[in-house]
Amino acid sequence: MTPFPAEVLRIGPVVVSDTVVLSLILGVLLVVFGRLLFVSRRTRFAAEYVYETLEASVLGMTTVDARPLLPLVLTLWLFIGAANLVGLVPGLQSPTRDLSLAAALAVISFAAGHYYAFKRHRFAYLRQYIEPSLFLLPLNVLGEVSRTVALALRLFGNMLSASLTGAIMVYLAGFLIPVPLLVLGVLTSLVQAYIFGVLTLVFAAAALAAATPKRPSSEDARPEPKEKT
Amino acid sequence: MTAQDWIAVASVVTAGLTIAIGSIGPALGEGRAVAQALDAIGRQPDATDRITKTLFVGLAMIESTAIYCLVIALVLLFANPLLP
Repeated sequence: MTPFPAEVLRIGPVVVSDTVVLSLILGVLLVVFGRLLFVSRRTRFAAEYVYETLEASVLGMTTVDARPLLPLVLTLWLFIGAANLVGLVPGLQSPTRDLSLAAALAVISFAAGHYYAFKRHRFAYLRQYIEPSLFLLPLNVLGEVSRTVALALRLFGNMLSASLTGAIMVYLAGFLIPVPLLVLGVLTSLVQAYIFGVLTLVFAAAALAAATPKRPSSEDARPEPKEKT
Repeated sequence: MTAQDWIAVASVVTAGLTIAIGSIGPALGEGRAVAQALDAIGRQPDATDRITKTLFVGLAMIESTAIYCLVIALVLLFANPLLP
């Protein structure tokens, strides 16, 4: 099993890689697991407790009302965390080491931020792109795009490098030597999932906050060239 | 050596240089960020939670420059468009 995505089957011109299969299975498993938590009272209370803790931590991160973003961020944490940790199972590779999945997640994060901002502020939020001056429109759009590309490349690069270093250590040293690297890999996996969710939240919150010019922008948002009130 | 060989040699050397030089900046930046964060936590232990959260996000941002270099190095080594 190489660290690179492998072709599983081919339907006409469409190549189905192991990434697709694994992330679909993972998605179904997560949904089933979530359903199973509600079977017994005890697990249900535990799940609700965890949810409330995460909810409080997400809502505490921004100064805007981030309630509509909550399902997205928690789902990203759950899915990316699980997908990253799948790489620890012998014989499996984490699906996020494939640039396709990382890019898909980044596109979701990009689209969701703008969707929620548009839903809340309608066309008023489009004004942030011509904020200091109309001439900065291309730069603002470029900033949005490069931020999304960076989001995808960060997850992809980290997971691929974790998986590659593991493979190289197994090849060079063999038994038990790669274990410290695996521990480091667990840390990387969890941190990257956290980072992806937090950055989605921060970018979306910046888009949400941008249309309310009378408030000082949230401190998590990027410093915007905007006069302070 | 043919032109293809030269391209292969140049790719390997450039991949090594990319990751070697490209990780200097982020390493210095991350060290500085962590040092500042520890300093801030030492001054204001109450703000530890907020500082840690911001630190993680900032570290991810700084680290992405090194990750770009890694991606370029990987492309040169494994998916080189100039080699057949």
